[in-house]
Amino acid sequence: MTGFDDDKTVPDQPAPTNPALDAITPETAVMPERPPYAVEVKELRKTFGTREVLKGINLQIEKGSVAVVLGGSGMGKSVLMKHMIGLLKPTSGSVLIDGEDITKLGPLELKRVRSKFGMVFQQAALFDSMTNYDNVAFPLREHRKDMSVAQIDERVRYLMNLFSLDPDILGPRFPSEISGGQRKRVGLARAVALEPTIVLYDEPTTGLDPITTDQVDEMILQAKQSLGITSIVISHDIASAFKIADQILFVFEGEIVVRGSKEDCLASEHPFVKQFFATWTAKNA
Amino acid sequence: MTDAPAPAPKPDGQPPDKAPDKPGIGRRLYLMIAALGEPVIKGIVEMGDIVLFTGRVLFWLPRRPFRWSETLRHVRDIGFGSLFIVVLTGFFTGLVFGLQTLVGFKRFGAEAMVGPATLISLAREMGPVLTALMVAGRSGSGMATELGTMRVTEQIDALSTMAVEPIQYLVVPRVVAATLMLPMLASIYTGCGFLGSYLMTVVREGVDPGVFMYETWNILDPPDFYEGYIKAAFFGAQVALISCYKGFNTSGGARGVGEAATAAVVMSSVSVLVGTYVITELLQPLLQGYIYFNALPK
Repeated sequence: MTGFDDDKTVPDQPAPTNPALDAITPETAVMPERPPYAVEVKELRKTFGTREVLKGINLQIEKGSVAVVLGGSGMGKSVLMKHMIGLLKPTSGSVLIDGEDITKLGPLELKRVRSKFGMVFQQAALFDSMTNYDNVAFPLREHRKDMSVAQIDERVRYLMNLFSLDPDILGPRFPSEISGGQRKRVGLARAVALEPTIVLYDEPTTGLDPITTDQVDEMILQAKQSLGITSIVISHDIASAFKIADQILFVFEGEIVVRGSKEDCLASEHPFVKQFFATWTAKNA
Repeated sequence: MTDAPAPAPKPDGQPPDKAPDKPGIGRRLYLMIAALGEPVIKGIVEMGDIVLFTGRVLFWLPRRPFRWSETLRHVRDIGFGSLFIVVLTGFFTGLVFGLQTLVGFKRFGAEAMVGPATLISLAREMGPVLTALMVAGRSGSGMATELGTMRVTEQIDALSTMAVEPIQYLVVPRVVAATLMLPMLASIYTGCGFLGSYLMTVVREGVDPGVFMYETWNILDPPDFYEGYIKAAFFGAQVALISCYKGFNTSGGARGVGEAATAAVVMSSVSVLVGTYVITELLQPLLQGYIYFNALPK
């Protein structure tokens, strides 16, 4: 006879209880953890000398969403973005990328986390010692050792064509030999070359004509819909922001004063925000 | 003579405001020391920053990927690019050094010693130091300007965002190239200087060439050259590190880039002149020991 059979012969014995489960009450229950945000910023403060540029920023950006950071010049938008990618160390607070606090990482770990990012700079930040073709090919040559020269060439041509840049005409030229708008598009092509999961755009549409601005907006939306890329856009362009944003974060003097949809922004009672949108509305009228 | 009029009382009957006191002698002394101390503290902080920067360079130096093509590019820029100026200055230094030494040595009939005196000076001191100064002026300013421009146009930030470590990509190849190239350039400088000295002493002043070469061969020791090589390599690293540091920490647009380039040349040059004394003091016991042990009967 086995112990198992012995148990069956005692039908009146009370059902076995698990003391650990019994101890769980609605108050002590632990809910299953939600997947981490693509980017989460907690109580972020940054001081340059005696000037506090960021004053305790808190924000969460869902994976695969588009967040637009709006605000006037010199309000700390670019500084906030540089913290998100670890280019600046905060005075206090934390920045979590996929749940990992990058403010505590060393240089090697930071390099690993940065491979998730692409960034489009305000002035494109192209390497002026390289041709436009080499600029787009640079991240591929650095990180995709498995790709042959022909595959890299194919990818670079695809990306340049995607952003309306003729690879045969503009590819061999240097960044100083093309227009500002073209430089920005080369910067965009370079930023998405490695298919990053998070792309940061520092004023991507500034200085672009309306058609190219629309193309950039479409590209950001397409990246979200087809590739699930999380986009964080710093902008002054309210029309673009309203078109692409899932979440708008309005920064004023180092603090987020409005967070939400287009309607939340327009309904804000904050004097600067009201003036910001009123000026824009008046201009468009 | 009358006293100065007392300040008039206020209309509401309150006592008049007291004139602000002039700072006393102690306060003025304090302000003077503070004014003098500020640049000293800044200098010490900057030296600390350069040490930390050097630490970062050493951290990334042995790590993959090794930037061979970048290093070769800088080897070409620093080595081949500085060749003409090094040959020119080396040759004329030798000419004038030979001439001045000859004037002095003639006074006690030691013209034959001009060769070894020139070569010892060039190999141990003047070759490495003057080559480093040439490279600081030419390549050091170039490094600071290039990296400074990359900094203010966010190209260095762009590298970081592409998960390419800027120190490893931009600084390590320059430091390695300068460390390798300076001993070679210093050797060329020394060779050209010796040629200049030979032409001045033997061809123009008629010193016997056999005696000139024999005395040179007889008196010089290998450690005379080793010291020069060690110094030159050290200066190469020093000039590249300081210039890259200055470029890397540039701010403020075109003006900042210009200031960084100037500061890089000044700081590199001063550090070479200070460094040569320190290295000489440190190397002397080692090299003397080497000579002593080699002179022992086998």
